[in-house]
Amino acid sequence: MYTQSFSVADQPGQPLRSVPPAEPADLLARFEARIDADGRIEPQDWMPQAYRKTLVRQISQHAHSEIVGMLPEGNWISRAPSLKRKAILIAKVQDEGGHGLYLYSAAETLGTGRAEMLDALHAGRAKYSSIFNYPTLNWADVGVIGWLVDGAAIMNQVPLCRCSYGPYARAMIRVCKEESFHQRQGYEALLVMMQGTAEQQAMVQDSVNRWWWKCLAMFGPPDADSPHSAQGVKWGIKRISNDDLRQKFIDATVPQAQVLGVTLPDPDLKWNEARGHYDHGPIDWDEFWSTVNGNGPCNKERLATRVKAHNDGQWVRDAALAHARKQQPRAMKEAA
Amino acid sequence: MTAALKDWPLWEVFVRSKQGLEHKHCGSLHASDARHALEMARDVYTRRQEGVSIWVVPSAQITASNPDDKGELFDPAADKIYRHPTFYEIPEAVGHM
Repeated sequence: MYTQSFSVADQPGQPLRSVPPAEPADLLARFEARIDADGRIEPQDWMPQAYRKTLVRQISQHAHSEIVGMLPEGNWISRAPSLKRKAILIAKVQDEGGHGLYLYSAAETLGTGRAEMLDALHAGRAKYSSIFNYPTLNWADVGVIGWLVDGAAIMNQVPLCRCSYGPYARAMIRVCKEESFHQRQGYEALLVMMQGTAEQQAMVQDSVNRWWWKCLAMFGPPDADSPHSAQGVKWGIKRISNDDLRQKFIDATVPQAQVLGVTLPDPDLKWNEARGHYDHGPIDWDEFWSTVNGNGPCNKERLATRVKAHNDGQWVRDAALAHARKQQPRAMKEAA
Repeated sequence: MTAALKDWPLWEVFVRSKQGLEHKHCGSLHASDARHALEMARDVYTRRQEGVSIWVVPSAQITASNPDDKGELFDPAADKIYRHPTFYEIPEAVGHM
């Protein structure tokens, strides 16, 4: 996991792209030529301020999503139904932490410090994927997050492996390699539940009903309402539009739901022979934006948990640093 | 004299995936010292047996060429195509050489 497949301004009213300062024409031309030739931009290369800013925001939001994404699943580690499922869930949550690290590192290459990014998250100035502001009510939710939420994230992250910014693209390749395990373990956990009692089957269906629409919203507003997407496409940051990614996800998921034996909660969902795709009903964007803007069921709790974890870890970071400071002169003396 | 540490410094991580292969750069991380960096690198980059050996190097210790100098730095090699085997035409009768 995980990212919102679109870039939201971190604070309401904050423009996504401020008016760029005048950039040297020759450097700009060279940059654009490289982008147009599908080349990669590396940290030391000259880049327009707006490109840098957009990437810092998108990559750091992506990183924040990874580490906040550990929380809804982390809640279930102590309640996993078996030792096997517990080990799997720990491995998955650990992966998410690692994904956060890859992404923070990629963002740091753009000149923004780790502490600065964490401060923005902890102060509530930075956004993360809205999907994590919903609660995980039962064990089936853990399976559904793997299957649908990670499934949606994979759709979105695979094209990011070809992003024009080298460090981001390389981080995404690493993330995508690990992501397949996440989706498969979730789907398999649900398969097992669907072979269980009527009550267990009902839990899976209930969970799918609660998460389906939220997963569709993860791909971001319809293309017609995403004025900033065009710049992302031009810069080679965004390769596939929100609506196209959403469609790919729906087309891939419908047959998986059939095999699993659940229905997807959309009466308008049906195969369109002419388009060669599934049609779907309208998405509730008001609910989505309300959650993005801080009013989802768990926004406050997630942020508070994240801040507490960070503060509780302060003494560990301090102790490690104190130890390193003590060792430093000793090592130098031995070397002398 | 090294400046006193304020934050965990940044380290570059290189992993040898298999005996006989080279170490390859795979990412970076913050750690308080070299041993700490090694342990973190193991946890982050080799959870699925991706490596048999790890190097960590303080990022500040890496000297990199400047991309703006790319032209003059690499230019001398551009017109020396005779350094490539394909520059030479060998009769077909000779076979593989």
